[in-house]
Parts: sequence; structure tokens; C-alpha cells
Amino acid sequence: MIVAEAKPLEEILESLQGMSKVLVVGCGGCVSVCLAGGEKEAGILASTLRMKRELMGDPLETVEETLTRQCDPEYVQQLAKKLEGIDCVLSLACGVGVQFIAEQFPQTWVVPALNTKFAGATIEHGLWEERCGLCGECVLARTGGVCPVIRCAKSLLNGPCGGSQNGKCEVKPNECAWQLIYNRMSELGRLELLLDVAGAKDWSKSRDGGPRKMVREDVTIDG
Amino acid sequence: MEKRESGNTESFYPKIIAFCCYYCAYSAADLAGSLRLQYPPTVRMIEQPCSGKVDIRLLLQAFEDGADGVYVAGCMDGDCHFLKGNIRAKKRVNAAKKILDKVGVGGERLEMFNLSGSMGPRFAEIANEMTERILRLGPNPLNTARAERATKGEEGDPK
Repeated sequence: MIVAEAKPLEEILESLQGMSKVLVVGCGGCVSVCLAGGEKEAGILASTLRMKRELMGDPLETVEETLTRQCDPEYVQQLAKKLEGIDCVLSLACGVGVQFIAEQFPQTWVVPALNTKFAGATIEHGLWEERCGLCGECVLARTGGVCPVIRCAKSLLNGPCGGSQNGKCEVKPNECAWQLIYNRMSELGRLELLLDVAGAKDWSKSRDGGPRKMVREDVTIDG
Repeated sequence: MEKRESGNTESFYPKIIAFCCYYCAYSAADLAGSLRLQYPPTVRMIEQPCSGKVDIRLLLQAFEDGADGVYVAGCMDGDCHFLKGNIRAKKRVNAAKKILDKVGVGGERLEMFNLSGSMGPRFAEIANEMTERILRLGPNPLNTARAERATKGEEGDPK
């Protein structure tokens, strides 16, 4: 899932300056699961903003709506009937949702309530960790299911660097990804796979190649 | 209990909401009643199936709707009927306190208490404790701000 966290209240207040009626839009997708932008969080934020603005002497009216997802047009279009009299939309989705609302409603001012962090997993309730770097060409088959692209601070593809000490990374106090890969290969009896040297990775399939786009003719409906 | 008390504003009679767990605080309140213990009528109780039923939205809504103080009363640590509801409630109360501090309402107006069903006198004590605290803190600033706005609106030139 995409993991996000709430922006500081001051930043949200600043982006809502001069607005008197705001549509607070939660998202029922990833940000609901990581407890950052679902229906409950939208309610808490709306209440917080109303109270703060009341005490600032500049009351704010809010309308709340939580869409199933903010990254599909059929759900985003449901906002159309809610936009009347609204000065601004405050989206609690990831960056995708915020942009998608802005694209679908060109006349509407949209601001984000969250900072989008990473593609990750729930390690335990309240703890999320990054697991995928969205590099566009998965290498997990060669590394025993541990991603060196995102879990190694240097994205090294051929073994650990000299900064790996006692299984820990020198950049952050995390496990060294290559130590994890070695341990797993060792347990599974597949250490010989690590003798293959990985060639240069084609980073143009990642962010380096610019914004990405995917078309699947078999599932397109029109045309 | 004294009648209408004077807070740091004119005559201030606090409105305090108590979210009470059915298995402890609610029974304790019952016991306090049976024991004829006096506690301030400032406290309005809302029965909950467990203190863990309380979420941050509910706590904030109480303040938005005009409560001067709010408290959650759950079972003693380790005694929750649903195992961890009281522990979760405490975490949520702490998170809501931070929000109230940021907003300017003040986290001190919100508290979590732990007691058991047999602690009638403690229930009365908590009600007194919270009433005294809220009298010291004065009215919910949201009520004051709304009242000021309403007065200004009346005084303003009607168009």
C-alpha cells in the first residue's frame, strides 16, 4: 500500500487561508489502511480545523466525504454534486488522489492534507516500513525476496558495501539488506545464486525515465 | 456540592462529559448513588460498552459541542472486560490531548481515569476532581469565542 502521514496542522491551516467552506475528502484506499486519510481521520481533521479556526476568529465550515478511492474517475466524479459553494477541496489521499481530483475538476482549488511517504507494509499495528522502490523491473527473483533497490540505502545490486557492520547498515540503523539477502539464501540453500553478477540496471524504467505510463489494450473499453 | 460557582469569568457552571465503561465506572456511579455520596451535577455520563469504544472523533465532538471538560473512565489496568480496551482508550485520550493543545482548547480539559465497579467513593472523587480542574481552567474557549462572535454579530450593522 501507499503509506502517508498527516501534514503539520500549521501547514494545512496556511494552505486554507482565506477559505471559509472546505470539502474534506477522505480516501478509502491505502491511506485508510495506514490510518492516515480514511473516514475517521477526515473527521478528526475537519473537527480540529473547525475548532482552531473558531479560536482564530475566522470560523471554517466543512463538508466531509470519503470516497472508495481517489484514484479512479468513477469515484472522484461523485464529488461533483458536493462542490457547490465550496472554496477548496482538502484531500486526505496520497499525491495521486490530490492530483486526480485537480484533474477531474479543473475549476476547483485542491490542497493536500497528507505527506505521501512510501510503498510499504504494516509490520505491526502502528508501524509501517518501506518495501518497494517502484523501480519498474523487479529483481526479487535474484535476491530471495528481499529488495536491495529500496532496502539497501545505496540500492546496490551486487552484495553489501563496506559500511555493512554486524548486519547493520551504516546509513540508517536498519538491517543491511544484503545481510538479509545472504541469510535468506543461506537458509534456503541457494547461496550459489549470489555468484551471478547482476549487470547494470536499466533505470530508465524507474523514475529516471520520467513520468511513467502503462497501457493495456486488452482491458481498455473505448476505442 | 456548591450551587453555581464563580470561575475565572463571571458565573461559570461547567458542563463535563464522562464517557463511562459499563463494567466499571458506570457501576461505580451506581454504587456512589446507593451509598448516597454527593458529587457535582456538572458531570453528564455517557455509558459505553467499554472505554475502548471511545474514539478521538467522539472526544473532539464533545468539546466542539460545548463541553468544558471531558473524561473517559475505564477499568483498572489489566482488568478490562475486553482485555485491552482501557489501554487503547488511554492512548486515544493522549492523542486527543495533543490535538486539543494544538488547537488551543487545552489538553488539560480531557483526562482518562481508571477505577473498578466497587470504587463508588473514587467515582465521586473523580467527579469532584474534574469539576475543580475545569472551574480552575474556566469555560471552553470555543464557547467564549462563539459567544463573542454572536455578540459582535448582534452589535454589527445589519445589512
